Amino acid sequence: MKLEKDEIELLEGKRGALWQKIIKSVILYGEIFGAEKLVPIEGTAHFVTSFGANMIKPYFDILDELINAGIKNPKPFTVDPRPFDPINVKYSLLERIIFNFIYGKQKKCEEQLQKLGILNEKAYSCTCYLEEIGNIPEKGQILAWSESSAVVYVNSVIGARTNRNSAGIDVLCNVLGKAPYFGFLTEEGRKANWLIKIQVKKLPNPQLLGSAIGLTVMEDVPYIVGLSDLIGTELNEDVKDYLKDLGAAAASNGAVGLYHIENLTPEAKEHGRELLRNDYSTYVIDEKELEKVYSSYPLLWKKENGKPQICFIGCPHCSLNQIYWWFENIKIRIKEKGKLNIITYICAALPVIDKVKNDKKTFEEMKKIGIKLTSICPLMYMNNPICSKKRVITNSNKLRTYSTARFYPDEELLEILTKD
Amino acid sequence: MKVFKGKPIISGNVKGEALVSTKGFNTLASFQKSIIMRAKKAICSDQDNKELFKKIMTQKILCIPQTIGSRTGGLVILTIAKMNIEPKAFLFADRIDSLAAAGIILTDVWLNKKIITVDSLGKEFLEVVREGDVVEIKNDGTVILC
Repeated sequence: MKLEKDEIELLEGKRGALWQKIIKSVILYGEIFGAEKLVPIEGTAHFVTSFGANMIKPYFDILDELINAGIKNPKPFTVDPRPFDPINVKYSLLERIIFNFIYGKQKKCEEQLQKLGILNEKAYSCTCYLEEIGNIPEKGQILAWSESSAVVYVNSVIGARTNRNSAGIDVLCNVLGKAPYFGFLTEEGRKANWLIKIQVKKLPNPQLLGSAIGLTVMEDVPYIVGLSDLIGTELNEDVKDYLKDLGAAAASNGAVGLYHIENLTPEAKEHGRELLRNDYSTYVIDEKELEKVYSSYPLLWKKENGKPQICFIGCPHCSLNQIYWWFENIKIRIKEKGKLNIITYICAALPVIDKVKNDKKTFEEMKKIGIKLTSICPLMYMNNPICSKKRVITNSNKLRTYSTARFYPDEELLEILTKD
Repeated sequence: MKVFKGKPIISGNVKGEALVSTKGFNTLASFQKSIIMRAKKAICSDQDNKELFKKIMTQKILCIPQTIGSRTGGLVILTIAKMNIEPKAFLFADRIDSLAAAGIILTDVWLNKKIITVDSLGKEFLEVVREGDVVEIKNDGTVILC
C-alpha cells in the first residue's frame, strides 16, 4: 500500500505503540481487499458493537487501551440498538438470567462508548440516518461504517461511500480518521454487475424484493429497472422507508452493500445505465419469482403449525411513518375482528419513540390495544436460546434470515395478529 | 499428493490435520459453547454444521469456504486466540470474508499471535480435502495434501 509521510511515521511507531497498532490493523485489513492507499474519513461514524457480550471480552480490552490513552472518536457517533429492554419487553426469570449472562458486560460497553464519544444515550439504533437520530452523512462523503442495513442505506439512498466494515475495524478506522481505499469507496467499485428487471403489476413487498435480489446477486451491485414506474422518482418519506427495508433484506439475504434504482437513487439519477459494467448479468423478477422466493423459506419452528407467540415489527427499526402505518392498520383489523391476539412489539429508535409518546392520544391508544414500543434489537433478543425456541413472527426478512422467526408480508401479518 | 495455490493472508509454514466444512463456517455458533465453558479445547457447538458438530477444532487446520453468521464472528476469533484454543490455520476455498479477515488481523496485531491463513484456494480444494488428511501449508500460500 502506498502511504503518506504521516502514515509511515505512525506505522514506524513514532507516535507510540498504540497508534502503530491502530494503523497497522487498518492497513493489513485494507491490503487483504486490494486497497492501494488510505483516504481521509469525511463524515461521522456508525458502529455495530452496541452489546456487552461476554464472548468478545478481548475486544473490550482493545477499547480500554484506546480510552486509557485518551483516544476519542473525532466526531460523535451512533451505534446499533441495545440488546435488552427490561422495561418494555416481557421476559421470564430464566430469560433475564440468560440475557444478563450473555450480555454481562453491557454496562461496561456503554461506559466505553460514552468515553469514546457516542452522540448521546439515545443514539442506539440501526436507523441512525433517520432525521430524529440525526446521523445523516452527505452524498459522496467517505465513511467507515458497520451494520449492514445502515451501510446499504447510506451508500444507495444517500450516495455516501462506505464499505461493509467489520466490528473492530470500524472503530479503528474512525479513530485513525482514515479508511482503506477499495470497494464502495472507488468509482469502479460502485458500478453494477447485475441488471435487475422488475416486471410486476403492483409494487412488491420490499422485504421480498430485497430478498430475491440478495439471494441472487450476493455481494454484487444491482442496477434495478422498472421499480421507479411503481414507486415514483422522488425520495419522499414513504419511498425512503421502502428502500430502507429493501436494502436490509438484500444485505442480509445476500451481502448487498449498494444498489442503484433507475430514475430514483442519486447515482442512478446522475449516471443512468453508465453505471452498468459491460459484462453484467440479468435477473428478471416477476410475481412468479417472488412467490418462489417466499415459498423457499424454511420453517424452523418445532411445532410448525403452532400459534405464534410474539411478533416483532421493525428490523431494521421502524421510522415514525411506519409506526403510524402499523398502528392505523392494526386498529382497522381490531375494529373488524375484536382484539390483538399476539404480543406485538414495534421496534424503533428512542428519539422516534419519544415523538410517538409526545402524541399522547395515539400513544395511549396504542397501549390500550396492546402494541408495545421498544428500542431493542430483535435479533439480539433471538440470540437468547430460550427466546429462540418461541414461535416468533415478523415483517422482517433480516430477522427471518438470522433467527428462527417466521416472515410474513405486511397484509398477512396483520391478518395473523388479530386472528383468534 | 495434491497441491493447491492460494493467497497467503497470514503467511507461515505449518503442518497439521484437516477438519473440513463444505458449507459456510458459523464462527460464533461453532465456538460459543467452548468460550462460555472456558474449555481447554474448542469443540464445535454448531448443531447446524453436521460435518463439524462435536469435533475438536483446536490445533486443527480448518478448511472452509468462508465464515458466516453473527457480526461478532471476527471478534470471536480474537477471543479464542486469547484463550489459546484457536485452530492451527484457516484455509479458505473462496476469498476471505471481512469478518474473518478482521478477526485474524486483530489477533495478529493486538495479541501478537499469528493464525496462519490462506484464501482463494478454489472450489476444488473443498471437493478433494477430507477430514483427517495431513495438510502442509507453505509460506507462499501453497497447500499440499499429503
